[in-house]
Amino acid sequence: MNRLTSLLANDTGGSIFLFLLLLAAILVPVCNLVVAPASSLHVSTYTMALVGKYLCYALLAISVDLVWGYLGILTLGHGAFFALGGYAMGMYLMRQIGARGVYGNPVLPDFMVFLNWQHLPWFWHGFQWFWFAALMVVLVPALLALVFGWFTFRSRVSGVYLSIMTQALTYALMLAFFRNEMGFGGNNGLTDFKDLLGFSLQADTTRAGLFVASALALAGGYLACRALTTARLGRVCRAIRDQEDRVRFLGYRVENVKLWVFTFSAMLAGIAGALYVPQVGIINPTEFSPLASIEIVIWVAVGGRSTLYGAVVGALVVNYAKSFLTAAMPDAWLFCLGGLFVLVTLFLPDGVAGLLRRSGRTGNRPADPLPATPEEEAS
Amino acid sequence: MTVIPAPRGPVLRLLAAPLALLCLLLLPGWATATDTPFARGIALLAAKDFQSKGRAIDLLAESNDPRARPILTALLAGRLFHVRKTGALVLAEKEGRTYRISDALSGAVAGTVKKRALRKVTINNRLRSRLKGVLARMDLSDPDASVRLAAVNAMLATLDPGSIDLLEQLRARERDSRVRDALATAIAIGGLRSTDRRTRLAALAALHGNLHPAVRNELTRLIRDEKDQEVRGMARATLASIETRIAWSSLAETLFFGLSAGSVLVLAAIGLAITFGVIGVINMAHGELIMLGAYTTYVLQQLLPHSIGLALLLSVPAAFVVSGAVGIVIEKTVIRFLYGRPLETLLATFGISLVLQQAVRTIFSPLNRSVATPAWMSGMIQVNPVLSLTVNRLTIIAFTALVFAGLYWTMKKSAMGLQVRAVAQNRAMARAMGVRAARVDALTFGLGSGIAGMAGVALSQLTNVGPNLGQSYIIDSFMVVVFGGVGNLWGTLLGGLSLGVANKFMEPWTGAVLAKILILVFIILFIQKRPSGLFPQGGRAEV
Repeated sequence: MNRLTSLLANDTGGSIFLFLLLLAAILVPVCNLVVAPASSLHVSTYTMALVGKYLCYALLAISVDLVWGYLGILTLGHGAFFALGGYAMGMYLMRQIGARGVYGNPVLPDFMVFLNWQHLPWFWHGFQWFWFAALMVVLVPALLALVFGWFTFRSRVSGVYLSIMTQALTYALMLAFFRNEMGFGGNNGLTDFKDLLGFSLQADTTRAGLFVASALALAGGYLACRALTTARLGRVCRAIRDQEDRVRFLGYRVENVKLWVFTFSAMLAGIAGALYVPQVGIINPTEFSPLASIEIVIWVAVGGRSTLYGAVVGALVVNYAKSFLTAAMPDAWLFCLGGLFVLVTLFLPDGVAGLLRRSGRTGNRPADPLPATPEEEAS
Repeated sequence: MTVIPAPRGPVLRLLAAPLALLCLLLLPGWATATDTPFARGIALLAAKDFQSKGRAIDLLAESNDPRARPILTALLAGRLFHVRKTGALVLAEKEGRTYRISDALSGAVAGTVKKRALRKVTINNRLRSRLKGVLARMDLSDPDASVRLAAVNAMLATLDPGSIDLLEQLRARERDSRVRDALATAIAIGGLRSTDRRTRLAALAALHGNLHPAVRNELTRLIRDEKDQEVRGMARATLASIETRIAWSSLAETLFFGLSAGSVLVLAAIGLAITFGVIGVINMAHGELIMLGAYTTYVLQQLLPHSIGLALLLSVPAAFVVSGAVGIVIEKTVIRFLYGRPLETLLATFGISLVLQQAVRTIFSPLNRSVATPAWMSGMIQVNPVLSLTVNRLTIIAFTALVFAGLYWTMKKSAMGLQVRAVAQNRAMARAMGVRAARVDALTFGLGSGIAGMAGVALSQLTNVGPNLGQSYIIDSFMVVVFGGVGNLWGTLLGGLSLGVANKFMEPWTGAVLAKILILVFIILFIQKRPSGLFPQGGRAEV
């Protein structure tokens, strides 16, 4: 508890956010399960699932903020880690269907029967156990991030090059997962899930449980990132973001710091994906698309970089706008998203969080915006 | 024209042919017109026995009469009839239950009749193959060289020693080199079936490296059936020489496909090489500028529906202007404020790309639009029987070369290029020398965008024009630029071409998608080893 208070000592925004999150985690399931449907306080299951989805996105946004806001790595491929976590969970859910599938095969998922496969591919083994799937949710994205980061950070690929590499990574994965031969359901992905740990996914109580789990994961993720960024490691991270060479000359192993923080962030993204899949009911290769990954970046940019809670605000606001606009004016959504990109980068470099901070404590900005490049300093 | 009545009744029918001949001979007024082989052949067609019909076929074939060929073709197709009542020889075309007939000799349309009114000129299988040979031989002396060539190729399957002599005679007369080659092939294939060992060996020598598909079949057969060791060994060697040539041809074909795919990549990437490499701007809307170029082509073709080729030619400068203008607007309104902040530029231009995509979707429609290919860009060039190059891909390779040469000249020789390079190398110094750096930035960006537009014109000839056209090329383009070395035009050219070729060479083994993935993985690994690409060069992007 002491540790918690010290974590949130200088973090008004974070404290407010955690308080609201806790409130939502209690109130939303109660309003859904206990309050009668006729009451105006009742929260429909649809709304709860929607907000639960937003919470997963918020966790994903935090993981991006950690590497972009604090480490200066603009990742355009974090959707890949999110999707991999989602696929790991999806594989468990597929195995849970068992003989209840359309073809009634007790071992093979429907799409494999459809493709006339006789045996379960080797990488599908083990996913009948939840503990194994839960492990894979974290390990698979972590492993990918570790390998990718090990190659890139060691050879000091940085800046835009790194961004384009991450984009190529998720693009390559998308192409791969679209193939039927990969054994992940190809175009259609994994869907038609029945239950999770024996609880039916259609039941309101399961939905409420998933909602609470998402809220707890988000809170946990926030606190972990907060702990990481306020510790000495966090200061090193920010130093790397601002002057990478100087940190290296001071004797820090910049590659290692980048590598481990990047991997940790990928794990968070994987967890977000795993919680997202049972609430949405489907995972398919479009989650790997470069556009999906860039959308995450825009959430963070809108909310405000290097504040963590800003990322959450951005994810919630942008996604609510998306849900609203795609239903109300389908044509306008991309105009709005595109315009948001341009306007935020031009006029709101610190996002909504920066706006709040400026109005709250004028002239006292705790975190610098991203550093100017030497070029700009020189001119 | 004369119509010989076909007699009915059993006895008369037996006598029909001789009687008819007799009649003709006896009628002096007809003699000059009817004593020709053609007339005799027509008369014999009415005979019932196949032997007479066979003679009729030969007579018609030798007649040199232009009417003989359609009659023989109709006979082979079973469309040659006698009218029961008049005995007139007619060509009939089935139309539902009735037959539309026309006189075989005068060609005059003779109306529609029921099936019962007609009697078919029947043939048997022996006559059928004789007809085929006769028709082929007639084609062999056709005045049109392409008809002769087709006839020679058709004869390859049914070569007999008799026709070899005919082919030899024809070859001596033949003027067209392609037909002469085909005749030589046919004669050599015939020679392979000769009983004389030396003829077979000579034929094998003549067939060395011959790519005609029939030659391969014939050689395989010869290797299987041949008793003579030496002939068999030589047949093997000849077959091997043919296989080698085929392998080389398919290699050349893959190379061609690779080069054309690579030049598309170069076209798409070279504008990016300017904006990314020279002024260090990450333009994620580059793909959408390509798309605008493709839509410019579409709009121009809609405006000039009757001269598609002209519209295509006009759309090259038009697309340059449209995309270039949009590019300059983007530079003036957004990118100008973000110089030196590459990550922000990346995000802002990505936003612009979304807006442009949606704008096109709203204005045109989310559906793909098809852009027509003018006649001079379609078709193919046949290099040899197993290798043909499509003209539109050749055009695109040439177009890429032109664009590259033009851009290279602009950057290296023109005053603007000098200023661009000066600003890229040392902005402060260039400004001190009086170069208006901000203007140069805008122009450079416009140039890169305009080239993207021209790439769009080329792409409209290869793929569907739709709102997502640009998105599918942006990552590839970045890969090419990064692979080739930022800020280096030659690097982009070499990078694009080698990626295209590598992709096409991998496709047969791995499939298109996996090949693409492997290329991406390769580039990711390559960048680890050489972060500055194939040809590193200093520029603002590397500061």
